Amino acid sequence: MEKVRGKEKPRLWLVLSATVAIAVVSIPLVYLVARGSELSAGQILQVLSRPRVGELALNTVGLSLAVSVTAVVLGTAIAGILTRVRLRYGKTLLLISALPLAVPSYLASYGWLVAVPGLQGFIPSYVLLTAVTVPYVTLPVAAALRGTSADGESVARTLGLGPIRAFASVTWPQVRPAAVAGGLLVFLYTLSDFGLVAMLRYETLTWGIQQAYAASFDRSQAAILALLLVVIALVVVIAERGARRQVRRTTATHISTEMISAPWRTVALALVALPPVVGVLIPLGGLGVRLVGAETIREVDLSRLALATGVTVGASALAAIVALIIALPLAALAARYSNRWVGVLETLGYLPHAVPGIVVGLSLVFFSLSVVPALYQTMVVLVFAYAVLFMPKALGTARSSIESVSPDLISVARTLGSSPLRAWARVTLPLALPGFGIGALLVAITTMKELPATLLLRPTGVNTLATELWSRTSAGEFGAAAPYAAVLVLVAAIPAMILSGVRSVAKEEM
Amino acid sequence: MHSFARAKTLSLVLVASFAVAGCAPSAEETPEVSPAPAPESSSEEVAVEPEADNYVIMYSGREESLVQPLIDIFTEQTGIDVDIRYAGTSELAAQILEEGTQSPASVFLSQDAGALGALADAGLFDTLPADITSRVDPAFTSQDGTWIGVTGRARVVAYDSEAVTESELPQSADEIVGPQWSGKVGVAPANASFQSFVTAYRVLKGEAAADQWVSGLVINDPQIFEKNSAILEAVNAGEVPLGLINHYYWYRMEAERGAENMRARLHFTEAGDPASIVNVAGAGILKAQSFDLDAYELVAFLVSDLAQEYFVATTFEYPLVPGIASPAGLPALADLAVADFDLSDLSTLADTQEILRKYGLIF
Repeated sequence: MEKVRGKEKPRLWLVLSATVAIAVVSIPLVYLVARGSELSAGQILQVLSRPRVGELALNTVGLSLAVSVTAVVLGTAIAGILTRVRLRYGKTLLLISALPLAVPSYLASYGWLVAVPGLQGFIPSYVLLTAVTVPYVTLPVAAALRGTSADGESVARTLGLGPIRAFASVTWPQVRPAAVAGGLLVFLYTLSDFGLVAMLRYETLTWGIQQAYAASFDRSQAAILALLLVVIALVVVIAERGARRQVRRTTATHISTEMISAPWRTVALALVALPPVVGVLIPLGGLGVRLVGAETIREVDLSRLALATGVTVGASALAAIVALIIALPLAALAARYSNRWVGVLETLGYLPHAVPGIVVGLSLVFFSLSVVPALYQTMVVLVFAYAVLFMPKALGTARSSIESVSPDLISVARTLGSSPLRAWARVTLPLALPGFGIGALLVAITTMKELPATLLLRPTGVNTLATELWSRTSAGEFGAAAPYAAVLVLVAAIPAMILSGVRSVAKEEM
Repeated sequence: MHSFARAKTLSLVLVASFAVAGCAPSAEETPEVSPAPAPESSSEEVAVEPEADNYVIMYSGREESLVQPLIDIFTEQTGIDVDIRYAGTSELAAQILEEGTQSPASVFLSQDAGALGALADAGLFDTLPADITSRVDPAFTSQDGTWIGVTGRARVVAYDSEAVTESELPQSADEIVGPQWSGKVGVAPANASFQSFVTAYRVLKGEAAADQWVSGLVINDPQIFEKNSAILEAVNAGEVPLGLINHYYWYRMEAERGAENMRARLHFTEAGDPASIVNVAGAGILKAQSFDLDAYELVAFLVSDLAQEYFVATTFEYPLVPGIASPAGLPALADLAVADFDLSDLSTLADTQEILRKYGLIF
């Protein structure tokens, strides 16, 4: 499973297509550099040296680190419990643990504010963001654990190690790449989130960006702040590459679950229940309360609801496919080869995810009007924007699932006379397909909830569930908003639940 | 200047990126109707042959539930179809600045004067004909005819009626920063309407006084919110005793929750005090589509008696056309502070922001 270093060079077409993919997703970054460079060096320094900038940057980094580290620890623990401990309704619990993904963070924070008015600041933002993002770690780690033998752990246990130490020394190294990759997505998500931190009044850099647009209509200043986000993301992406390390996985032949004593089972169940209760149950309960008290419950315009649902599902399915197509050459390259250029390409691939949706939206307003004006404000550009924004969600899982296909198998196929492409199609693709599926589903779920870029780029008059929800809540009509919120969460819950059941790697049955 | 920056940016984007080819453009939705004869006004100012195709695109920073019923009446009366893009006012302003002369929009309906000023400064608005601009009280519209005020909204103090008695209420902006309100005032400093209140304070009382007021506010540990509606939510929930908001948010919440659930009440400071200044929402016509005569009809409609009465009845905003009655139960427009300054003047807004920035209220 070692990467090819130095000796074999990656094929030119693969490098070229990966480079093209990076050029595509880097449009927002190039736009930011261009807008930012409209300011002189002195002006840039002046913006960056404002005392508030340092404060907002510290808030941003602190929150993102706290949320992502907690998500890695909590998500790994929950995944361990769900796959290694014998629990009643284990399958159902796994489904439930995926549900926080389906709740947009702005909705979760609003629901909490109804339930507990006055919530604000770091702690609520931290707790709630962790709850809604922890499935990014739980699901891939659970999938990796299901594909990983617990035999080593059993051996460690017979040698006298406690269950947690045995897990830490034997199993953790095997699931670490999945956990760390999930943690990276959580970090990037927190970095670029605006809806939740605005609602809970914790000022981060995305506030500064919003203020630059709203108060002074200054796009250059907003660009400088967004570039600051990109730099923070860059540091963390590079750190994640360092922390990844390769470990040979022992493939599971059977999965054994363990009985634990009743009090510990209660603790385990409480841990598993924590994110769904905090991220789903309480906020939706709060929304329900608001709905009951609402005067704007009108007859629901069913055809309008159906139309928005159709647009949402269609656009997110297309976005998932396009994002996967963009991610594949990058993932294939990063999984098999390791040189400086490959590293640069993969690192660049993650950065668009750190840029807030409004900035990506504006960059594509500019780009599409300049290059393909006929496509401006059509579904084509909208789907493209989604793919650019969320491709990083597909990149990590696609890479690690290609990585886990043994090169030995490919060598066998090659020796038997298959061309490289044919060997890839017959060996790598079927084995890595579940991983691709995970990535595509993650893109689809996030697309359904996306708001700021959608508002800018959708065809005039076309609505998604998220924009319908926005237009009602921004008018204060929570009763009228409720059906859209409910359908959005339901529709996003379906791919989330499918996700919970996918293995990271198909069984190598030959 | 603008086009130069654009070309520079484009060349950079093109160097590093490439166009996605192979995607078929979707069918144009714009119905092509042959141009109708041009109405009397405004035609002398436009270079392109004016036309009316009974179709207009409007960007609306005001919400759909408010705007759409009114525009439906317009379409019924005139036969002009209007496609409306709804989003936040500042996002739409950023989008139009980005679109420049390629904007598909003819009309921009804005929640506040600052956004209109930003587009006017960028030279993106066409000058409106006098028969439209003359409809509105000159104190509430642009001074150069680039945009027109449509409705007025007063700044008010929202208070928690269970925590604050009427006799305790502040009678002026200065009392709001008194020690008795320490930690008890909710503000949204990034919000355009809050900033124009501070601008009004500056204009009415001078720079030094305004600086002192803001510093007093900050020393008093205000509760910072992102927007007015969140402040009102907090006041109504009993979390914050006082909040500085626009008056119509209260009416909107009352319509949603019912009068019996309104713990928050409204209070106007004394006549002429800057804390009760009137802001405007307004509209302008974009140069990019200024040959579109339907756009002029739409903007004229927004300041028609019918539309003004609609806003009074549905949003409890102040009408800006003389002769239309203000909402019942509100102080007369004449009793509220009307600062002698251009609400859309971004340079005076920038001075206000400098003060707010100095005390860390905005970024």
